[in-house]
Amino acid sequence: MANIMYWEAIQRAHDEEMARDPLVICMGEDIGVAGGTYKATKGLYEKYGPLRVMDTPISEGGFTGLAVGASFLGVRPIVEIMSVNFAWLAMDQMFNSAAKVRYMSGGQLTAPCVFRSAGGAAHQLGAQHSARMEKVFMGIAGLRVVTPSNPKQAYGLLKSAIRCDDPVFINEHELMYNMKGEVPDGEYFHPLEGSEVTRAGTDVTLFGYNISVHWCLKAAEILDKQYGISAEVVDLYSLAPLDRAGIKASVSKTHRAVVAEEDEAPVGVGSEVIAIINEECFFELDAAPVRVHSALVPQPYNHTLEKATIPDHEDVVKAVLKMFGKA
Amino acid sequence: MKIEDKKRVLREMVLHRRFEERCYQAYIERKIGGFLHLYPGQEACCNGVMEAARPGHDYVITGYRDHVHAIKCGADPKEVMAELYGKETGSSKGRGGSMHIFDAGKRFMGGYALVGGPFPLAAGIAKAIQLKGGDEIAICFLGDAANNQGTFHETMNMAALWKLPVLFVCENNLYGIGTSIERSTAVIHQHKRVAAYNIPADECDGQDVEIVYQHARKAVDHVRAGNGPYFLELMTYRYRGHSMSDSRGYRSREEEELWKQRDPIFILRDRLIAEGAMTMADYEAIEKETDAYIENEVIKFSEESPEPRVEDLEKYVLADRETQLPWLTGKAA
Ligand SMILES: Cc1ncc(C[n+]2csc(CCOP(=O)(O)OP(=O)(O)O)c2C)c(N)n1
Ligand SMILES: [Mg+2]
Repeated sequence: MANIMYWEAIQRAHDEEMARDPLVICMGEDIGVAGGTYKATKGLYEKYGPLRVMDTPISEGGFTGLAVGASFLGVRPIVEIMSVNFAWLAMDQMFNSAAKVRYMSGGQLTAPCVFRSAGGAAHQLGAQHSARMEKVFMGIAGLRVVTPSNPKQAYGLLKSAIRCDDPVFINEHELMYNMKGEVPDGEYFHPLEGSEVTRAGTDVTLFGYNISVHWCLKAAEILDKQYGISAEVVDLYSLAPLDRAGIKASVSKTHRAVVAEEDEAPVGVGSEVIAIINEECFFELDAAPVRVHSALVPQPYNHTLEKATIPDHEDVVKAVLKMFGKA
Repeated sequence: MKIEDKKRVLREMVLHRRFEERCYQAYIERKIGGFLHLYPGQEACCNGVMEAARPGHDYVITGYRDHVHAIKCGADPKEVMAELYGKETGSSKGRGGSMHIFDAGKRFMGGYALVGGPFPLAAGIAKAIQLKGGDEIAICFLGDAANNQGTFHETMNMAALWKLPVLFVCENNLYGIGTSIERSTAVIHQHKRVAAYNIPADECDGQDVEIVYQHARKAVDHVRAGNGPYFLELMTYRYRGHSMSDSRGYRSREEEELWKQRDPIFILRDRLIAEGAMTMADYEAIEKETDAYIENEVIKFSEESPEPRVEDLEKYVLADRETQLPWLTGKAA
């Protein structure tokens, strides 16, 4: 087990896959000579050259479409969209071309592309650089969406996404690239479907994904130590498809659920998980499920306002205490 | 073009024309649903270019006015018509419809409905060819109005920058739905627009298949020789409305008649007759045979084919699960 950073894990997955298969290529803004905004492609340009590590013009719609077209012929492009806020310009190609081509060609063409992007609020980046957009991607037929909460997942999910024949969107987080964690020394493929019980518990399930898994883990610690509440933490690393069976299994055990997301609430992981709970195990519930989420505002620049917008572990703790009548 | 090729192309263009006219009728009879964009008037464009290229070998991509391009690449007209009928035997198994004809085996990479969407896809196909080192080229057929999309400029830049083997064919029929080109576009002659990207470009009459062929010959050779992209503009006209609900109130009948004087099929037919290669009776026989083929084979096949099964509704959304299990479950060998 190597203890490496999230960005190093992503870099390693690129490197291994590019070494194995000459048709694996990567592209994006500043990913080559400059090594990538988050260093996720560091050193690849020197190793694989400009034909396979492509510094693109600032044309998100254009180069995303180019990647999709190349994938029709068996090329496996890994596209880095510098910030998920810029992905709006690429969505036409992701959704109308990549996600639909298999269906509308009756299975003849497929778009085995990987789209990676950094989402989430970092520090005071303002309204146009802080969005979370998983809600937009997770409702598109024909597209898989995964989101790594640690370096092991960042490595293993990317490896699997490159191998998978479906287009996969990988939602990373601006604040997590320097997070350290254990990654297996040998090759490792993380499942693209399912969920992970990160901490077992009996009284309430805290659902998180990506950065909010860490709020949930911290909240579980506090709930256990200070309030004697045993919280189970479930990591929803796959947002499309969501793991219905995993959600059901955990809620059937704990009978309570809180969904924590950095995204704003109307429409999203929280509403979707709660809908699944209603459909799968409504009668198991001892309390109404609750969402913890961002305020519905374009991200403010001001530090205090920004902090007030984004939830954290304390909001998760509060939500649980309220559910138990302790707040 | 050789006489034999010209005769074959005439026969093909008659098929393309009659096929589309038969679609019109089937639409009126409600056998075909959705949007239906027909090609009559523009046949010399697709035929002239593809005669210079290698159908079935070169990759072709286009917009929603796609039936003829698919057939020219080698798609079976029966399967194209069955697709319009929404049948399981259709080229996209009834899941695509008129705007989404595909025949991957014939390297017809599809019809797409988003105006301007195929530009970067074509460049991507060319990128894949470049990586794999093949001698194929990518050919992207789109309309004039599509050039007002951002993807046009983004793609021209990337294609030139990376010297991608892609030929852009602009079928300038002077309209984007009901908006004439003078009313939508600051430049009428589209080939001028790519000069800014250092892409060689050319324009010619799109009604005379031999002229199109000659210009396309140069274009295709340029791209195949590894010189990067090329842009070919063909001046043409669509006879029918943009799609079926269009009564053409935005243009005059006189203008239409003027263009019909230069019908691509008649130009070629009259030339072959003048050259003594065929007679009017020969031509009439071609029309008859074509209609009989369309009726007795294409329509019959489409009528008699089964509908897709509702149980298969979700088939083709994602890759077959069994083939993807190692990555879906993480249990890779
Ligand atoms: C992105 C997008 N915007 C608008 C439309 C609606 N639309 C369909 S065809 C068309 C006109 C396109 O004209 P042109 O590119 O000249 O092609 P033509 O139909 O003349 O062959 C428009 C506006 C669309 N399909 N996609
Ligand atoms: Mg037009």
